[in-house]
Amino acid sequence: MKNAMPNRDELESVMAARHTPEAHGKIKAARVAVAGLGGLGSHIAVSLARLGVGEMLLVDHDAVELNNINRQNYFIPHLEMKKTGAMKSQLTDINPYINIKTVDAYITEDNASDIFDGYDIVCEAFDNPESKTVLVSTLLSKLPNVKIVAASGLAGFGSSNDIKTRAALSRLYICGDETSAAETGRGLMSPRVMICAGHQANMVLRLILGIEEA
Amino acid sequence: MIANGKKIDLERNLSLQEFLDGMGYGLSEVAVEKNGAVVPKNSFETVMICDDDTLEIVRFVGGG
Repeated sequence: MKNAMPNRDELESVMAARHTPEAHGKIKAARVAVAGLGGLGSHIAVSLARLGVGEMLLVDHDAVELNNINRQNYFIPHLEMKKTGAMKSQLTDINPYINIKTVDAYITEDNASDIFDGYDIVCEAFDNPESKTVLVSTLLSKLPNVKIVAASGLAGFGSSNDIKTRAALSRLYICGDETSAAETGRGLMSPRVMICAGHQANMVLRLILGIEEA
Repeated sequence: MIANGKKIDLERNLSLQEFLDGMGYGLSEVAVEKNGAVVPKNSFETVMICDDDTLEIVRFVGGG
């Protein structure tokens, strides 16, 4: 029947069949936070929802603007909405049975560990390098068990194959080419942003499944 | 000492901040692990580097 809302058991059995029951069980039990809901974070969040990650935290302080639409997973009707709300409504349309929390906040050294405490895996998906380092350094030093999947270097239209995932520090993975900063003449464009977000989401999946190798 | 897998001869012991400055890193754009432990950002000035140390330095560039 068209537009019928699947019940929880129906959706679960389809996903378990696709992902295998063992993987599905681990994914459903996972708690993952996404820090920043721009080009990277919006695509990471959609991917994690499609996987069926059981509990997600979405953190951002911005609203959707027209100049986001070239690469971020929002649509014209989302303009001026808070990104947390716009993203939560999309994820709920993908899987209404996952538990999604949102926090509208700008992350600082003072609030980072309180906001992300309790999440096994945090995706760093901020735009500016200072915010990236504040999040990564603060969480790695204050939360002894957290694993972070971060991004660095994804602007422009350089080769897709330059974007890699590597284990950079003990509990830190970096995705990107680590050089292509967003700057005048090298903007953020959908394909490489999505490739990098895909790297991040897949590293999250690997960690959920107990694989620590990049 | 070793930084990102490369051997570097230190002429004297120096703070992590001095070391990073000397290597041309922007202090607000790096996360650093010294001998396997992350160095909090507010300790860059006080943490000292000597010839036995191993550093891993990650530099973040903008875009996301």
